Amino acid sequence: MFPVREDMLRVMPELIWCGFGVLVMLFQPFVRNRHFFTFLALLGSLLGTLSAMWPAALGGTAFGGIIQADAFSFFFHLLIGLVVSLVVLAAGPYLERERLAFPEFFALTLFATAGMGVLASAQELVTAFIGLELSSISSYVLAGYRRESLKSSESSLKYFLLGSFATAFFLYGIALVYGATGTTNLSRMADVGTSGNLLKLGFSLILIGLGFKVAVAPFQIWTPDVYEGAPTPVTALFSAGPKAAAFALLLRIFAGVPAVTQFWFWAFWVLAVLTMFAGNLGALVQTNVKRMLAYSSIAHAGYILVAFASVTFLAQEGAAAAAPAYAAILFYLLSYALVKLGAFTIVSQFGGEGEKHLSLDDYAGLGQRQPFAAAALALFLLSLLGLPVTAGFFGKFYIFKAAVNSHLIWLAILMAVNSVIGAYYYLRVIVVMYMREPSAETASSAPMRFPLTVNLVLSVAAAGTIYFGLFPNQVLNFVLQTNLLGH
Amino acid sequence: MHPGGHLLSVLVFFPALGALALLLLRGDDHVWIRRLALTISIAEFLLSLLLIPGVPLGAAGYQLEEFARWINVPPINYHVGVDGISLFLVILTTFLTLISVIASWKSIEHRVKEFFVMLLMLEVGVIGVFFALDLFLFFLFWEVMLIPMAFLIGIWGHERRIYAAVKFVLYTMTGSILMLVGIIWLYNATGTFDLPKIQQFLQSGALVLPARTEMILFLAFFLAFAIKVPLFPLHTWLPDAHVEAPTAGSVILAGVLLKLGTYGMIRFCLPLFPNASRRFAPAVAVLAIIGIIYGALVALVQPNLKKLVAYSSVSHLGFVVLGIFAFNPISMQGAVFQMLAHGISTGALFLLVGMLYDRRHTFEISEYGGLATPMPKLAAFFLFVALSSLGLPMLNGFVGEYLILLGTYQVHWNWAAWAASGVILSACYLLWSYQRVFFGEVTREKNRTLPDVSPREKWILVSMAVITLWMGIGSVSFTRRFAASCQNVLDQMGPGQAQEAAAPAKSTLPSGSTLVAMPKKISVERTASR
Repeated sequence: MFPVREDMLRVMPELIWCGFGVLVMLFQPFVRNRHFFTFLALLGSLLGTLSAMWPAALGGTAFGGIIQADAFSFFFHLLIGLVVSLVVLAAGPYLERERLAFPEFFALTLFATAGMGVLASAQELVTAFIGLELSSISSYVLAGYRRESLKSSESSLKYFLLGSFATAFFLYGIALVYGATGTTNLSRMADVGTSGNLLKLGFSLILIGLGFKVAVAPFQIWTPDVYEGAPTPVTALFSAGPKAAAFALLLRIFAGVPAVTQFWFWAFWVLAVLTMFAGNLGALVQTNVKRMLAYSSIAHAGYILVAFASVTFLAQEGAAAAAPAYAAILFYLLSYALVKLGAFTIVSQFGGEGEKHLSLDDYAGLGQRQPFAAAALALFLLSLLGLPVTAGFFGKFYIFKAAVNSHLIWLAILMAVNSVIGAYYYLRVIVVMYMREPSAETASSAPMRFPLTVNLVLSVAAAGTIYFGLFPNQVLNFVLQTNLLGH
Repeated sequence: MHPGGHLLSVLVFFPALGALALLLLRGDDHVWIRRLALTISIAEFLLSLLLIPGVPLGAAGYQLEEFARWINVPPINYHVGVDGISLFLVILTTFLTLISVIASWKSIEHRVKEFFVMLLMLEVGVIGVFFALDLFLFFLFWEVMLIPMAFLIGIWGHERRIYAAVKFVLYTMTGSILMLVGIIWLYNATGTFDLPKIQQFLQSGALVLPARTEMILFLAFFLAFAIKVPLFPLHTWLPDAHVEAPTAGSVILAGVLLKLGTYGMIRFCLPLFPNASRRFAPAVAVLAIIGIIYGALVALVQPNLKKLVAYSSVSHLGFVVLGIFAFNPISMQGAVFQMLAHGISTGALFLLVGMLYDRRHTFEISEYGGLATPMPKLAAFFLFVALSSLGLPMLNGFVGEYLILLGTYQVHWNWAAWAASGVILSACYLLWSYQRVFFGEVTREKNRTLPDVSPREKWILVSMAVITLWMGIGSVSFTRRFAASCQNVLDQMGPGQAQEAAAPAKSTLPSGSTLVAMPKKISVERTASR
């Protein structure tokens, strides 16, 4: 059976991302200019993002219902495309500084992107599995991209071993779900509508597999080590891209009809609380900024799970009731991606050659020495903290609202407590930057000049953070007015 | 609507524009930075005076309202307005900011530009809180104000400044995030964030909150406000923040920020959750009375002059909370008046303590002694301010405390009796510390050559002293402007069982705002007769 033209158009973003990845590899032996590869990768990621228009305009499903082209996948394609474009821009100077090869890095990044795209639009579990593997395997390699660094190799190995284990869970879960329902297609599963223990077990295993990817406690142990060891632009990618894609799949599965029951509501409730506390309490004692941000991304996964609990609660009364909670998740992922990307980019720049300056003390007095970068980092941290006039504030606000809507007052209160714990360690960085004098060694060195592309990335992230902090309307309207999950 | 159109928006955002303009100046051009900051704060103060004709006498509702759509899901609007209660608090804010700018003229030497930017951003947040009529907008400004204040303490403060700044933020944030949950809950019940609309729903009976919900919501709001005030067991951030903050920070903190808590109680807790307020009133009153006495006792034994003033704030704000939770028109007016009076008196006390610090770089009372000999003028101002703070008749502190005690007495005589002991204690700690600092022999050689007040300092102090005197003698010119709004708050609470005790006292008076203002006249007459 030959795929029809429409079906090809519905996977256009993934095709372009993959195609450009291959192109980068093909050019590698012939082109010496490294900036050419940056340009090619950027072009690829942008074109792929733009081409997400096609599936959005066409709608419907592709390849016999295994790919869903709806507003939901459109949103995630844009988000992933934005993240990857920014990562590509910021990675150039980093690779140059660390004397790492350009082409392989960008090729792997583009393949990972294609994987995330598949994850976001998969309507069928085996397809989702392929997307997951595509993005994961590229990620394992990317994590160990600084081959001379022990930490980076450790990071890669840990990620690979634990990641494969989690993928096995995911695959076994698919098998059990198939056993229970006779299909792996999510929309057909809705019609079967059994709620036996086998199905529950299958979905639990899937939840474990995906929970690992998004760093949900108690499957979060790998996160700090992997995030710390991986090259910082890769860390930025990890914390924004694959996470968003895995959350997209989780949302597709668990907001669907067979899964929304009281059982899953409680599962997400417990996971949310565990994750929030694991992330925040862990971050509290970190002195390494990169590691602290890694723990903070666990905590933020916890906040998103609060909205999941709310979705599974509200969706029992129909998809329309849960729409605001969906909106909360999507908005949060967007604001969070911008902020984390910006923060990690700054950390990557301040890290210096070999990523030596990652400790909190290295940030002392930055407010005076590098006012703009420090102000940007402060903005991102305040957004993570959830202060008004930043996108993070509305993200948190909508999750609170979703939680209160579904009468999850205790969960909302626990989230509030966690926000205050979070405030402490985010503030600590700001305090060190602005209220402490730089050490003698750093004070004597000249202020660091940021490359143009990095400045561009930071400007986009900062402008987005403030813009969505003042006018969250557009995103929300988009999310609320389109029929999100297509069916 | 006022012909001026957007006066409130101008007042809120003008300092923000000013802060932006400051950012454009060169960082080392200290002279022009100070001049520009001064110009902005003078202009802002003069603009805020335009509010007075905008709020007609006897008008209870919100004036000069502005409304603009902002976010559609959920419907969050830019809705601001002013009434008699917020009117003077805003003027107090602009005035104290102006004073702070002048007071920081010499004492802030490094990172001058950032300092004034933070001061002006703080002003934006505070004025926004006073004007906001949308719960969400209120919360937004409430949070916005946090960061500039933390920076003021953390960058320009004294030795333990970082600890104090972080403590301040964490305390305030704990309360405010729970308040956010409360605000969202209230939105779920009413479908709007608009304060006047919610009040209307409650008045018309279209919305009845279940008793348990009302209590939880009350606590969510009250906790945030009680931390800000600060009410007794939640006050521990205050002494640290005050002692470590630079003078200007302390002035704004004591003068304005603490009032945000009591203002929030008047604006939100009472009208929105009347039954829960009544139910919790005895507990709140007990905490307030403990705060009054405890704060005074701790102030009595403080070896640190600035900490002494900080604890006196705990004591004085206890009066305000007591006045609010007596649910009596007279005590309510007293509470509002005391908020203003405390802003001026304690602001002036912090300025004076700051001036001593500029000269000797210590707050320890034992380091001083006999200061009246080298600096008689400063000593005179200090005495004047201390007397106003301890409630000497004819000065501003007396009016507020007297009205609060009078109003409270009508409802619960025993509350008033306990609270009155705070008045006596305040005389003890203020006069005793005054005696140790200024009277007697000069105990340290260094103190012998201290310069007296400079012209700049003199003009600050004179202006504060004039206002102190004016508020003491012409108190009616203030109270008559917020009497109607205070009555309005109590009217919105509706009749309740707990108020029956107060009902006879109220019913003997014909209704109407002019008569509510009358007891103040009595107070002034009594003042004059002493």
